[in-house]
Amino acid sequence: MGDTFGWVALAITVVVLVGFYVSWRATRLDRLHTRVETAWAALDAALLRRCAVALDLAGSRFLDPASSLLLATAAHEANIAGPDRRELAESDLSRSLRAAIDQPDLGGRPEAEDRFTDVRAATRGVLIARSFYNDAVRVTIVQRGRWLPRAAHLAGSAPIPEFFEIDDAPPERLS
Amino acid sequence: MSRALRIGIVCPYTWDVPGGVQQHVRDLAEALIELGHHVSVITPCDDPDAGPSVVQPYVVPAGRAVPVPYNGSVARLAFGFLTAARVRRWVRDGDFDVLHVHEPTAPSLSLLACWVAQGPMVATFHTANPKSRAMQAAYGILKATFEKIGGAIAVSEAARKTLVEHLGGDAVLIPNGVAVRRYGVAEPLPGWPGAGGSLGFLGRIDEPRKGLDVLLRAFDVIGRQRPGLRLLVAGPGDAEEALARVDPVLRDRVVLLGQVSEEDKVRALHSMDVYCAPNTGGESFGIVVAEAMAAGAPILASDIEAFRHVLDGGAAGALFNVGDPEHLAKVAGELLDDADRRTALAGAAREAVRAYDWTTVAGEVVRVYEAVIPERGAVRLAPDAQM
Repeated sequence: MGDTFGWVALAITVVVLVGFYVSWRATRLDRLHTRVETAWAALDAALLRRCAVALDLAGSRFLDPASSLLLATAAHEANIAGPDRRELAESDLSRSLRAAIDQPDLGGRPEAEDRFTDVRAATRGVLIARSFYNDAVRVTIVQRGRWLPRAAHLAGSAPIPEFFEIDDAPPERLS
Repeated sequence: MSRALRIGIVCPYTWDVPGGVQQHVRDLAEALIELGHHVSVITPCDDPDAGPSVVQPYVVPAGRAVPVPYNGSVARLAFGFLTAARVRRWVRDGDFDVLHVHEPTAPSLSLLACWVAQGPMVATFHTANPKSRAMQAAYGILKATFEKIGGAIAVSEAARKTLVEHLGGDAVLIPNGVAVRRYGVAEPLPGWPGAGGSLGFLGRIDEPRKGLDVLLRAFDVIGRQRPGLRLLVAGPGDAEEALARVDPVLRDRVVLLGQVSEEDKVRALHSMDVYCAPNTGGESFGIVVAEAMAAGAPILASDIEAFRHVLDGGAAGALFNVGDPEHLAKVAGELLDDADRRTALAGAAREAVRAYDWTTVAGEVVRVYEAVIPERGAVRLAPDAQM
């Protein structure tokens, strides 16, 4: 009798503990999804900021008009690119920024440092935001891949997050 | 011509890489020089020491173009202050009466020339650019630069439309010319035209509008009537698929060369007793026929408006009913039997094509120059484009 009670108590305890554990894992995964979303919002903002800075530089008459047109076109393409073309368009913008800023005969001009401050901050911002975002995606994907979340459908209907892979190397003159 | 002009031409794309704009600039420059004008062409160039056959004496190299992403693909463009400084020096030392920039909407040399210079300025627009949203976004930056262009030329109706719709303003339509002397003399391909006579075709073999199908069906008739007659076909496309449409009995008399070089194209035109242009439509000018005319090939073309116009209503080449293989076969037979008529048609064609020669086109361009050149004052550096 006492023995049976002991077993039942143990079983209940185990079920409760397992329940707590599963719920804890679900919360953890949920938190990771939130982290991905926040990181994406930050990355998106950093990319938009970089676009705006590029357009600003293109319109500033600091560059020659051919470099300006290149840069403005790339920034505009990045601005309007849909999700499936975004990585390509943002990579193109990185390359255009390098082409415009790393050209010879540019660095020595008096207003160069003022102009470059914003671009440096914006490209650096993209670099950081993207590394944080991809980090969040990596951890989330690893968590979702474990057997318990898969078996218990802990991720629910949340979509699998995707890495954001672009060429975001900043212009050499700014690094 | 009132007087010899000093003309500065700007080509935005790498000179020693093949391309339509480069070819246009080269033909125009040489025709202008022939007309007695002084011409200097500044252009990006990969190998400035390549010798006078590649870098002609009138060419001023402006350094190498750099591959950069542009409009969704990678383009080779010349931009930046170093390049602008070279253009500036060229404008300053050139003492030009008129500056002629090509494709100034590309972020390259022409745009820089517009920027650093002021004075009489003409621009030629080559491409119809469907992706012009970005162009419009950037237009604000370039407005002041484009405002300096006193006269615009478009090489096609589509290019003109792009210009009108996206940049405003209008353009004179002056189509590309035909470099008549490049077609005049060539060695026929070995074994052609042959004793049994030959018909010929140039163009994409799998594009229905080019009309190879009409010609093959005509050959099915005329090839049976004349056992020695052969058909020479030069142009890209699926050769096996095209041959499959020919009766097996006639197949060994149909020779498909595939895509040919510019030089072999001219040789092919000299290898035919009758050049056939069976196009069923879609030609706005008939450059293919004009090239055959320049080569002095006897021509048999479908009676579409563009061909009728370029062939002087039929005086410079025979016409047959559009898309009618029987009629094609009949007229081709008459021509093959009448060597005197062929000679007469070829002579008339060589005469008529002179209206489309680059020399004529260059004359039109000079009229545009004269319209923007004032009584006094030449091209000089713009004070507001200081670096």
